[in-house]
Amino acid sequence: MRPFDYARAASAADAVRRYRPGTMYLGGGTNLVDLMRLGVARPEHLLDVSRLPLDAVEEVRGRLRVGAAVRNTDLAVHPLVRARYPMLARAVLTGASGQIRNMATVAGNLLQRTRCAYFQDVSRPCNKRRPGSGCPAIEGDHSNLAVLGHSGACVATHPSDMAVALAALEAEVHVTGPGGDRIIPMPGLHRLPGDAPERDTVLEPGDLVTAVELPPPPPGASLYRKVRERASFAFALVSIAAVLDVAADGTVAGCRIALGGLAHAPWRAERAERELIGRPATGGAFLAAAESELEQARPLPRNAYKVPMARDLIVNTLEELAP
Amino acid sequence: MNRVEGRVKVTGLATYAAEYPVEGVAYAYPVQSLIAKGRVARVDAAAALDLPGVLAVLSVADPPELAEDADAELALFQRREVAYRGQIIAAVVAETYDQARAAADAVRVEYEPADHDVSLRADHPGLYRPEVVNPNFPSDTEQGDLEAGLAQAAAVVDVTYTTPVLHNNAMEPHAALAVWDAEGTLLVYDSTQGATTDRDMIAKTLGLPRGRVRVVARHVGGGFGSKGTTRPHAVLAALAARVTDRPVKVALTRQQMYDVTGYRTPTIQRLRLGADGEGRLTALEHVAYEQSSTLKEFAEQTAVPARVMYATPALRTAHRLVRLDVATPSWMRAPGECPGMYALESAMDELACATGIDPVELRLRNEPETEPGSGLPFSSRDLAGCLREGARRFGWERRDPEPGVRRDGEWLIGTGVAASTYPSKRSPCQAVACVRDGGFLVQVAAADIGTGARTALTRIAAETLGVAPDRVHVELGDSDLPAAPVAGGSMGTASWGSAVVRACEELKKDGREGRADTAEEVGQDSELARHAFGAQFAEVRVSAVTGEIRVSRLLGVFAAGRIVDARLARSQFIGGMTMGLGMALMEETLTDEEFGGFLRRDLAQYHIPACADVPDVEAVWLEEEDERLNPMGSKGIGEIGIVGTAAAIGNAVHHATGHRVRELPITPAKIVMARF
Repeated sequence: MRPFDYARAASAADAVRRYRPGTMYLGGGTNLVDLMRLGVARPEHLLDVSRLPLDAVEEVRGRLRVGAAVRNTDLAVHPLVRARYPMLARAVLTGASGQIRNMATVAGNLLQRTRCAYFQDVSRPCNKRRPGSGCPAIEGDHSNLAVLGHSGACVATHPSDMAVALAALEAEVHVTGPGGDRIIPMPGLHRLPGDAPERDTVLEPGDLVTAVELPPPPPGASLYRKVRERASFAFALVSIAAVLDVAADGTVAGCRIALGGLAHAPWRAERAERELIGRPATGGAFLAAAESELEQARPLPRNAYKVPMARDLIVNTLEELAP
Repeated sequence: MNRVEGRVKVTGLATYAAEYPVEGVAYAYPVQSLIAKGRVARVDAAAALDLPGVLAVLSVADPPELAEDADAELALFQRREVAYRGQIIAAVVAETYDQARAAADAVRVEYEPADHDVSLRADHPGLYRPEVVNPNFPSDTEQGDLEAGLAQAAAVVDVTYTTPVLHNNAMEPHAALAVWDAEGTLLVYDSTQGATTDRDMIAKTLGLPRGRVRVVARHVGGGFGSKGTTRPHAVLAALAARVTDRPVKVALTRQQMYDVTGYRTPTIQRLRLGADGEGRLTALEHVAYEQSSTLKEFAEQTAVPARVMYATPALRTAHRLVRLDVATPSWMRAPGECPGMYALESAMDELACATGIDPVELRLRNEPETEPGSGLPFSSRDLAGCLREGARRFGWERRDPEPGVRRDGEWLIGTGVAASTYPSKRSPCQAVACVRDGGFLVQVAAADIGTGARTALTRIAAETLGVAPDRVHVELGDSDLPAAPVAGGSMGTASWGSAVVRACEELKKDGREGRADTAEEVGQDSELARHAFGAQFAEVRVSAVTGEIRVSRLLGVFAAGRIVDARLARSQFIGGMTMGLGMALMEETLTDEEFGGFLRRDLAQYHIPACADVPDVEAVWLEEEDERLNPMGSKGIGEIGIVGTAAAIGNAVHHATGHRVRELPITPAKIVMARF
């Protein structure tokens, strides 16, 4: 561990004011502290924002405003979340372990880093950790890395379950920073790696997430499902957050599909969604839509399984949601 | 009875190796090789030595004095040649752990790298036949005419199974605290499975007489074999303490444990089985391909259980080894039996399918009269009883053999069975028992690595003395106590217990003290095939959508002599079975072909079962009288639980899906790609 200083911010504005190069904001620490121990993250200044008064879940004009410092557990068990956004509660509860969820914050969950083995091992190259050093995962261990939207520079996946549900719910991420306040609609927070994989998100230096705001839930039934080889405490091989609204005539009136474990960001299956609108809510249509979406997939030798796994998961989930 | 040390453990009062408070302690942190093969050209420690708190840098640039015949994995800083990525090539000693760690990062190492080869293949040109496999079995055996047996068979199975690199992953990371006194005597608090053997090995490495080294290991947080032999952290602590003239602690990180504390070799295993129309074996061939390092030979006895299991007129077993630029593989729970029985018991299931004979019945039809490989009579063998009792409890007779036909929604359901076996041996051991404070003190340098050895020995002593267990105090985990063998090979209780029984018998005669050394008694043990046996039954649910596999039921039935303590025994059995479940479905360390070394070196990436993966695991045992083992009539139970589990689960996956995955672990990816 390298020397660093630690301070607690008095307010969000205070945090932004005190931000300088070498500073990292500290939430629950469940990822950042691990990365510091591994030498992956080397902040000089740790600015603790976990105790800011950003820990409330409040209803604001029919929307639900979730403070950035709300613990994952508190979010998942909140009565309004459970009642209106069961998919979100489910997604959060499939992540990590009980102990980690008790510590991890909403903002920290969104901003956690990839668990790519090379990224986490400072003795090996990684373009995300050390730009220009190379991506050994493309030839090496990529069995749980991206099949969609990756680049020759990076094939990492974003590990969050919660972010996938937020992408389907079209949540808004509220940010304050040196450039003022702004709102980023999900899944716009996370970016694809392109030739700058060191940037996970569109946030600028000093930006601080203050809240996540959920619009009223879309009509229809929703579901979050996560595929993993161990029943708990494992990142998704593939996950899905889906909302399906079927009209009285049996056609799809509304549909949202977000996929996890497949890309550098939660992946909104917009192509599949578009194709389904107005179509009959049947297995055949679901399969055609899933296949259309996954035409864009470029699997690597050791993660080709993700394409049929995602396809069957999309079809099966939509079939479950169809009345 | 409850665990003797249960209260101190759950209240956090039990002291582990890294936790002993010592005044003036310093910390050492290793620097590990970044190349898999080549030479260390230069070590520049200047920047590290300038950092705060740094006391010394040890490296190959200035080799510390060690015995010339030191074990190659323990001969730290003696040679500039690098044998594997992650090998310890230097270390920093500093006032605090964090200072040592930061300074280790500042040590500049220049290498002369060479091309490495870290990949095991069955057609590797470097494969050779080792003289013996662990611990001292012939590498190859051949009885009868194998090809003739296969040619006359009504059904033949010719299949290849593979198992990946597996890591022991004990909960307590390897750690040591070394303290030299003014007379040059070394005290090491180590996390070890055997204080006596660890002391001997540390003394040998340092070129010291045994009497100048003492090892203390009162509580050990698991080992699974990885603490069965001395590890480099203990030697590093001793060297660093000698150089700095300070007590020195070394506590390995989880990642370092993957690099320098051993692992189970990957295996490629080819099985050829032939059977007649009634399912009786006409031939059995088991050939195992495995790896070792360039430093030393470690030859896992993977095909040896085939010499124990089934009657056959033709039996061939063979081991082929290749020396790669990797760390030396080492002991991991049921070495040999665990990977070997996975392949053999999976192949037996394939033979059952090929002959149309129920897999329980197939095994019963191939029960041998004597041990097939040696011709020796068994001291006792009740595999048949385990299979029958397991089948009864599991509801096996209702099983439809047709694969891929049972479904509950999206979940395909299947059941599988496999046999378990593990040797029941013992080693010479010493013990002392005496009257102390109105009770009884029993001393033996045994190790309690979380198994409950302290409790079992208390019970054995109390039963021999005819007193209540709370009047007996067992002292263990210190090499100054009467010499004892390691907690390994499922021999601990049998070896230590024999000495404790004899010491207590002597105490009863003497009235004050009893001393025992079982060397002569053990040396006179008659030549017999001594093994424990078992049968494991698994029910799995496999998602037809996602390929996810969940084990809904796991039952083990064991015949392991007299069970010393039911509660401890159950923990050992279900612990082994749970580890076997991990082997079946998730455990896998990847070898990094590009850079060498291992990937996924932590418990977030190397998956072991979570509680949610083990909803229903049960172990039971049969009454088994065997007077020819040891005074307790017990067989070791620490390892047999992991033997056969992966086969039972793999066989159940086949029964559920109709698809046979022959490469462990059986993951959703492999199920999905098979497109059953």
